[in-house]
Amino acid sequence: MLSFLGRRLLQMIPTLFFVSVLIFSLQQLLPGDPALVMAGEERDPEIIARIRAEYHFDEPLPIQYIYWMKGVLTGDLGESLRIKVPVLDLIRQKLPVTLQLATMAIIISLLIGIPAGIISAVKKGTAWDYGANAFALWGISTPNFWLGIMLIFIFSIQLGWLPASGYVSLREDWQASLASTILPAFVLGNAIAAIFMRHTRSAMLEVMESDYIRTARAKGASERKVILAHALRNALTPVITLGALELGTLLSGAVLTEQIFSIPGFGKLIVDAVFNRDYAVVQGVVLVTATTYITLNLIADILYVMVNPRLRN
Amino acid sequence: MKIRTLTGVTAALLLLSGVQAMAQTTLKIGLAEDPDILDPSLGRSYVGRIVFASFCDKLFDIDEKLNVVPQLALSYTTGDDGKEVAIKLRPNVKFNDGEPFDAEAAKFSLDRHVTLPTSFRKPELAALERVEVVDPLTIKLVLKQPFSPLISQLTDRAGMMVSPKAAKEAGDKFGLKPVCVGPYKFVERVPQDRIVFEKSQDYWNKDNVFIDKIIYLPIVDATVRLANLKSGGLDLLERLLATDIKDVRSDSRLKLSTALELGYQGVTLNVGNDKAKGPMSQSAKVREAFDLSIDRAALNQVVFNGEFVPGNQWINPEHPYYQKKYPVQGRDVAKAKALLKEAGVTTPITVDFMVPKGAETEAVAQVIQSMTAETGFDMKIRLTEFATSLKQGEAGEYQAYLIGWSGRTDPDGNSYIFFKTKAPQNNTGFSDAEADKLLDDARLTSEAPTRKAIYEKLAGIILRERPIVYIYHRRILIAHTAKLEGYKQMPDGLVRVMGLKLK
Amino acid sequence: MSDATLPANITAAKPVGRFESPAGRALQNLLERPSAVIGLAIILLFALMAIFAPYVAPYDPIATSWSLVRKAPSSSHWFGTDDLGRDIMSRIIFGTRASLLAGVISISIAISIGVPLGLLAGYRGGFIDALISRITDAMLACPALILAIALAAFLGPSLTNAMIAIGITATPIFIRLTRGQAINVKVENYIEAAEAIGNSSVRIALRHVLPNVIPALLVQITLSIAAAIIAEAALSFLGLGQQPPAPSWGSMLNSAQRFLVSAPWMAFWPGLSIFLIVMSFNLLGDGLRDALDPREQ
Repeated sequence: MLSFLGRRLLQMIPTLFFVSVLIFSLQQLLPGDPALVMAGEERDPEIIARIRAEYHFDEPLPIQYIYWMKGVLTGDLGESLRIKVPVLDLIRQKLPVTLQLATMAIIISLLIGIPAGIISAVKKGTAWDYGANAFALWGISTPNFWLGIMLIFIFSIQLGWLPASGYVSLREDWQASLASTILPAFVLGNAIAAIFMRHTRSAMLEVMESDYIRTARAKGASERKVILAHALRNALTPVITLGALELGTLLSGAVLTEQIFSIPGFGKLIVDAVFNRDYAVVQGVVLVTATTYITLNLIADILYVMVNPRLRN
Repeated sequence: MKIRTLTGVTAALLLLSGVQAMAQTTLKIGLAEDPDILDPSLGRSYVGRIVFASFCDKLFDIDEKLNVVPQLALSYTTGDDGKEVAIKLRPNVKFNDGEPFDAEAAKFSLDRHVTLPTSFRKPELAALERVEVVDPLTIKLVLKQPFSPLISQLTDRAGMMVSPKAAKEAGDKFGLKPVCVGPYKFVERVPQDRIVFEKSQDYWNKDNVFIDKIIYLPIVDATVRLANLKSGGLDLLERLLATDIKDVRSDSRLKLSTALELGYQGVTLNVGNDKAKGPMSQSAKVREAFDLSIDRAALNQVVFNGEFVPGNQWINPEHPYYQKKYPVQGRDVAKAKALLKEAGVTTPITVDFMVPKGAETEAVAQVIQSMTAETGFDMKIRLTEFATSLKQGEAGEYQAYLIGWSGRTDPDGNSYIFFKTKAPQNNTGFSDAEADKLLDDARLTSEAPTRKAIYEKLAGIILRERPIVYIYHRRILIAHTAKLEGYKQMPDGLVRVMGLKLK
Repeated sequence: MSDATLPANITAAKPVGRFESPAGRALQNLLERPSAVIGLAIILLFALMAIFAPYVAPYDPIATSWSLVRKAPSSSHWFGTDDLGRDIMSRIIFGTRASLLAGVISISIAISIGVPLGLLAGYRGGFIDALISRITDAMLACPALILAIALAAFLGPSLTNAMIAIGITATPIFIRLTRGQAINVKVENYIEAAEAIGNSSVRIALRHVLPNVIPALLVQITLSIAAAIIAEAALSFLGLGQQPPAPSWGSMLNSAQRFLVSAPWMAFWPGLSIFLIVMSFNLLGDGLRDALDPREQ
């Protein structure tokens, strides 16, 4: 077990290195000059030159990379070109928002996906199967930006039940907070419900036909008890590890949804920074979220291996 | 099923939590973008200027007729040679940190605009040689040469005054906790979420400030911004879409405030830097044909429901400096085709058309493409994101570029930097010796009729050479709740907060 | 973009000893599942629409008309007109091309890079495997849409470049999938036998390993095409895909945003179309998974 853990931890290092190179090169390869973007409507060659010098934009790429990595390794992720706030501060401010959104989204997707998966597996081959299947697939098939706009239209404009956008923190007012995040969380959760549905379904199918269940049946337990007690417990394990993985994806993937609902989370931060050529922000935030994702992956694998010792090799 | 129940329960809880008796009035303003840094020397965005209006007074301000009026300065006198401007300051004024505003502070602020390493105000104050303190309430600006647009510069960010104490402590991080003279003072900012201000007890005109708090909320999507206004999440929003005007007018809870913008929207043509040397850049006749192929009234109608104003000069038709000698022309495809023949070019003429992405700009671009196709232009639309378009615009990597300018009160601000040979924003590569002289001459005198005559000659040149084809001017569209009283819109687009009351 | 990964039972599928062709049986299984049949039918319908668009569409999709701006659905324009007076139904029909192409071509790119790399990594193992796997992990750790946006911005705005960008971001999944299958298969006796005989690695990879990857690959392809179509819509929505005036469902949604209240039909039809085609690919993919499931053989 320890050697497994050790090996995997060691693997994280080159992976993170590649992440840093990947995101750095992508930013630098983007056409456009960040100094020009910063200048916006005001254009004085002298000032632009000075901005370039301050942020090392004129130096060769590998040198700029080293500057950045040196900062990262000492805990300095740089600052936003646009508003001069340190990237770490931005991350600290937005982490609770994104975390709240992600958690709510996962809960919603579990609420949709798991029952759908159970029904689909238990009633395999019947209309219930196809119905539950389609129900869970609905979310992954709808472009989330379109769904978001539609939901705002219905629940905010027409019905007036929920705010159209914006975010209120839990600490400030938990009711308003829930109201401001329920729609975007639904849009996000909807999209990943399908993944939970598929996994629950196939995991349950696998278990339902295994020796374990046959033995349980032979012992005379009623059909219903067999399904629920045994299959479900075993089927939930992969779902739990999946949850950890999806949390990682959600942490950075809610790009368009946050844009539409004006939720100040990571997704909005990154996409705005890409279009503003705010390099430090994109690089810093992606590095942090990638690290989180990889760590969650590792935890998920450890959990999975703990349950299934056969997979240690 | 479970989701709907959750929503219903939440909604019920919200209703039950009740309406708290608000002793404090708060004005929630929706912005179309998140502003950049709130430092008058470093700010460079249009939305930033909107926020400045509530917490950072300037030496002078403008009224709706674009006349200069006092704000932190009471009056000014220009010396005979035009190189010295004495400004008298308002007495008994304090910064929002309690520090006194006097000539020393004014000198400090102006010097900061010029000396802060990455200050964007330098080009605006390029003519300034030094600032002298004459007495505690008078400063003298000594210029390198006469510069008539100076005072209008002081009605914008270049005239904003910062607290020397706060600025010295914070350096270039001043924008994170700015302190100026203003009706409101800065409380906090959460990037991309909100900027909060509260009424200042130190303000010289605080008796005319009736609202206790202002919160700016950047909401990028225009539809969502309007939805928030309708639902009460906002009290005022900027940049309403022209196509939503009908909606606002028919809603009794909302009001619309408009003014014609100081800027312009048009197609910038690469006349001097076109590597491909296409027909558009080589022949003024081709450019004229392009201009004549556009039906400005129809474009305005289709894209903006007729709410905006067609234009053909760098200032709008209602501006005192508009040259009536050159009115907006209608569409004339026959003449356009004849011009192409005269120029000896064969159709179709392929033009690389760079269009920054944005719902309204994309629609305008497609209309232009469709209209000019009849004459024989094949406008190849290339949607480019803003950052890339800036770079490519500067490098001359385009043939046509759909871009506007937010506009300045003085006509010099809409022309000099675009037409003067090698000026910073002169992306077109336009260079004309006579135009250069006219641009410089207009700066030397403050006499309006003289300047207008100079600009008339300039208009003649520009409208003949067409480095920029001006198409329309937007209306500043501010929608607000009917509960807001006393709001008036100025042509510079700023949201002024003095005298506003919330019922 | 969702990362549509597969459940444990597929990635750990029992390898087939000899290459029996289960294709016939799989097809039969597939057609017995109504949802998969519906999915397949819809996809074929859209494909036909895309191919025969000029004959099916009632109007020229880019013909503007100033007098017909934002007209509601009527007998002459079944889906209504958009903000420049163009017929929405014709734009939807022609837009099918952009969406289907985006799906198919981007995933073709992903397969043509991903499968060989996956085979290489899985079969060879060692340092090459470690290198490829770490790079794959790194790509999967970055938000896919951000990678796609950055790539599309770098390459320049066009449908082709959007397809390349989406294809590249979809590659890691195929690398991982292929690699996993290759690892499972390579320890089998018949592989060792083939090696003992002296068959070249390439031959072994192609003749023995690849065929066992194909079932899982097919499933993943349909799921990834679904995700790619949504990604193209997202990029076009952001202005980085299909350039105007050529129609694309994503850019149609972009223009429709401003007119949600005044002309909701502008948003409805492209949204519905994306939904139908993506749903169909998903249903097909799920159906394929069931049909190719070794337990069903």
